[in-house]
Amino acid sequence: MIAAFDNFPALLLWLPLIGGILCFFIKNERNVKTWSLFSSIITLALVAVSLTYTDQKHYMLNEVKYFWLTDIGASFGFVLDGISRTLVLLNAIAFPLIFAATWNTKYSNSNSFHGLMLLAQCGMMGVFMATDAMAFYFFWELALIPTYFLASQWGGERRIQAAFKFFIYTFAGSLLLLIGILYVYLKTPDQSFAMLSFYKVKLSGDEQNWLFWLFFIAFAIKMPIFPFHTWQPDVYEQSPPAVTMVLSAVMVKMGVFAVIRWLLPVFPSAVKHFDSIVIGLSVTGIIYASCVAIVQDDIKRLIAWSSIAHIGLMCAALFTLNHAAVSGVIIQMFNHGVNILGLWIVAGLLEQQLGIRKISQLGGIAQKAPVLTILLVIVALANIALPLTNAFVGEFLMFNGLFGYSKYVAAFAGLSIILAAIYTLNMIKNVFYGSMNPISERVQEITLNQRLVLAVIVVLIFIVGVYPAPMFDLIRSSTDTLLSRIAAK
Amino acid sequence: MSKLIYLVPLFPLLGFLINGLGRKYLSKSLVSIIGSGTILASFIVSLMIFFEVKAPGFAPQVVTLFDFIDVAKLKISFAFQVDQLSALFLLIITGVGFLIHLYSSAYMHEETPPHFARYFAYLNLFVFSMLLLVLGANFVIMFMGWEGVGLCSYLLIGYWFKNDDYNKAAKKAFVMNRIGDLGFLLGIFWMISQFGSTDFSVVFAGADGTPVKILTGITLLLFVGAMGKSAQIPLYTWLPDAMAGPTPVSALIHAATMVTAGIYMIARSNIMYTLSPVTQAVVAITGLATALFAASIALKQNDIKKVLAYSTVSQLGYMFLGLGVGAYTGAVFHVMTHAFFKALLFLGAGSVIHAMHHEQDIRNMGGLKKHLPITHITFLLGCLAIAGIPPLSGFFSKDEILTAAFLKSPVFWVLGVLGALMTAFYMFRLYAMTFLGKFRGTHDQEHHLHESPAAMTIPLVVLALLSVFGGFIGVPEVLMKNGHQLENYLAPVFAQSTAKMHEEHHLSHVMEYMMMFGVAAIILVIIIIAWNKFSRYQKTTAEATGLGRVLENKWYVDEIYDTVISRPLLGFSSFLSKFDKIFIDGIVNGVGRLVQYSSRQLRWIQSGQVGSYILIMVTATILLFIIQFFWKS
Repeated sequence: MIAAFDNFPALLLWLPLIGGILCFFIKNERNVKTWSLFSSIITLALVAVSLTYTDQKHYMLNEVKYFWLTDIGASFGFVLDGISRTLVLLNAIAFPLIFAATWNTKYSNSNSFHGLMLLAQCGMMGVFMATDAMAFYFFWELALIPTYFLASQWGGERRIQAAFKFFIYTFAGSLLLLIGILYVYLKTPDQSFAMLSFYKVKLSGDEQNWLFWLFFIAFAIKMPIFPFHTWQPDVYEQSPPAVTMVLSAVMVKMGVFAVIRWLLPVFPSAVKHFDSIVIGLSVTGIIYASCVAIVQDDIKRLIAWSSIAHIGLMCAALFTLNHAAVSGVIIQMFNHGVNILGLWIVAGLLEQQLGIRKISQLGGIAQKAPVLTILLVIVALANIALPLTNAFVGEFLMFNGLFGYSKYVAAFAGLSIILAAIYTLNMIKNVFYGSMNPISERVQEITLNQRLVLAVIVVLIFIVGVYPAPMFDLIRSSTDTLLSRIAAK
Repeated sequence: MSKLIYLVPLFPLLGFLINGLGRKYLSKSLVSIIGSGTILASFIVSLMIFFEVKAPGFAPQVVTLFDFIDVAKLKISFAFQVDQLSALFLLIITGVGFLIHLYSSAYMHEETPPHFARYFAYLNLFVFSMLLLVLGANFVIMFMGWEGVGLCSYLLIGYWFKNDDYNKAAKKAFVMNRIGDLGFLLGIFWMISQFGSTDFSVVFAGADGTPVKILTGITLLLFVGAMGKSAQIPLYTWLPDAMAGPTPVSALIHAATMVTAGIYMIARSNIMYTLSPVTQAVVAITGLATALFAASIALKQNDIKKVLAYSTVSQLGYMFLGLGVGAYTGAVFHVMTHAFFKALLFLGAGSVIHAMHHEQDIRNMGGLKKHLPITHITFLLGCLAIAGIPPLSGFFSKDEILTAAFLKSPVFWVLGVLGALMTAFYMFRLYAMTFLGKFRGTHDQEHHLHESPAAMTIPLVVLALLSVFGGFIGVPEVLMKNGHQLENYLAPVFAQSTAKMHEEHHLSHVMEYMMMFGVAAIILVIIIIAWNKFSRYQKTTAEATGLGRVLENKWYVDEIYDTVISRPLLGFSSFLSKFDKIFIDGIVNGVGRLVQYSSRQLRWIQSGQVGSYILIMVTATILLFIIQFFWKS
């Protein structure tokens, strides 16, 4: 197995894995927290270092393959290219922020909680970097299992139900995926699970058409895309804040990422065949979710529905196969992760302090917690893609791509920017402005650690929003390769 | 000098950051110095740029700061456009903006330091956004400012955030603007698919020769954006509600920033509009309809700021009428003169409200003339200017638009004049009820009546002077040879359009005199009527009936929108929410239950009882035999 440490992908897997396993052996809660934060920061530092070695001449550091199940042609192959780097960076940034933001949260069995969190991080690292379908599937499940335990052991009253549904639902999807992977594997010229063999596989039109759905449904459940979304609001509502953050900031991106990596280039003709169905579903989902978000009275459910709408846009934009739109999706995955983290931090904080999440029962929080309000307003405005914030860059490109696909679809999907303004401003108005009531009076200004975390998020929002060029540089060549591969096939 | 163009938006941005981040630590005087000083600095730079641009032989420049988006074939730079149009708008925005900042420092004195700083931070951000809007060298940068001013108006309208009505007004402003913004955005996308770029230089050069259908589509979508931002039918209802913000903010929104954005955008893309006659007709008719509709509402409003707000909507209608009939210079001219007198009127209203201790109902005012001498004189001048009495500024700019409208169609002219008459009437109704007659407020209010401090009256005087004399840069040809300096100055910006417009631009001199002074004479009569009628105004309890009641209720448009759009949307959303729980999640859970159920049914097969196993075995064997038997035969 992975034995060497002379490259980034291996280190990025080992660090959270070892960090996570060690957590289980630490008794003291404070020590566990310190250790997991420390460990996640080291991972982040390593990712930062890896970003300085993106040059092609350092490919030895960024691309590896270890023997695994050699007999059947499966190996542990990993790569850091532009697309995976973006998500690895997101994964690495998210965890320290999550640990810092939930520093004051008390958990029973804190050591297993943090251990599982880091294992989930390890799983997602593997998903984002895998260049082998078997390894991809392995890590896909590895990410799911700790999350299931996290959601079902620590959380709200209906957590068992919600987590069980989530697990069964995504697991059913995974099975479809596994069948699909095995079929494609048998068709590969060299009997291999390697990504490049998958890309080279020759499939008839009919084969592509049904395989497409096996893969797509698995990914659509994960993202989730309408009408596979019903697990999400419940899980987001019932899971402990830290787990919700992991799920919404990073884990749902696995679905979008998987479409880019394992669906578009493997079944290009099916993609062109079914694009109108997928875009239709996604766009319906955007408007559907935005409308439902308007009438939510629970902050967490509101954020969940808003997230479904945003993910729907990403999926729709992907299937336009427009170069700028696909780049927009990749950048948006990162930005959405950052922004939604900020939203969850605030939602979690209100719940922790006041014990309620009902929008109608809150009000006037700005009077007692101005800093919290300012930071939340910035994050919320970024979430609705105001120009000069990070999300604008991605949404602009995605809508532009959709417009190239069809003017009317873009106009219809575009209604979501109005609906998003409505539900976001409603929430701000009813929770933060207006007069206080006995419940909201108890609110306290955010603590230093949360202030720091939100400040980091706000800084990221503006940096990427004003000067996104470095991100485009990062993903340019791998997006080019991807799209030319699809076009050529 | 144009290389330093980035300083113009940079100063307000710094002001925003300093006041915003230091709001707990800075004293109020420091805050107002930073807030106003940064705008003054921008004004000075703008002035220098203006003189450079004005000098003969100046060629428009694009100053690129960095690449914003560079992906595939799409390249969008963070770049600023320096030319006659942007330089003129810079002067209006920073000049009038500075006066409003100065005024605010006195007007907002009751606020506590952190809120005072927050106010100035928002104000600076507002000016920054507007500067970005007019400086952008492509439609994306323009859009940044475009949404930026929407955001700032939201923040400032809801500045007193404890009041729920104000928050509603703020939200309404933002959402209505976003409806327009969607149109604008779609226009940009269409532009990208047609021209592959949003740079002014590329788009305008390619406009000629592009199929008219496409240009019409793009321009109409952009115009939807302008409807939202510049409060035209059907997206105007946010603007009158926007007066929930502090009064100087209304002055800023109505005069120097925000609402003029739509006019600027169309003037900037004039060639595209000139080439799409359908859009031009839509723009002209929308403008005219808005001008009349809003003026009719203003006739019956009793809130001093509401009258002014509807008057802004109406005046913006005139500007769009001008744009629609191809009088681009006239529209920009009216933007400028309107900025002067509307800022003056709003700040004057602020001074009145300040003196009256937050009373805004003109039925409770009257006779303020002797208590507020400076406010009174300047307000009167503002009223005369907006009514279009020669030789005040409003006369020249309105006349230019009306003349151009006449050339297009006499019907436009007749309706335009009708609107002008209503304008004169409601403005002097407002003036007379506020300043003439007897004081109708409480004794307590009367006791406290006072003229405002110098920081408030100086801007009034400056704006009054501009309102009186500002029109002289655009004296029509018929009154003075080469009198229209503004037209000469802006000629390069509209050169492409001018070349495309073939119509003869000539009316006989007699005709032009008649129209000009005939209208002015009727307006004068209307003023005298309103003056006489409302200087003797007495409070009555009688409720208005018939048309008056409809006008008082603003044609019930808010109620109509509520029934036709807001409620159905909410209802539909609630339906979807239930549909999701019952139907979609129901299917998912149903599938789950089905699996559970069938597994439960299958379970008894493996019950562990040998008897049942044997039964199954026997049954199966018999079945196999039967199948075998029938298979063969």
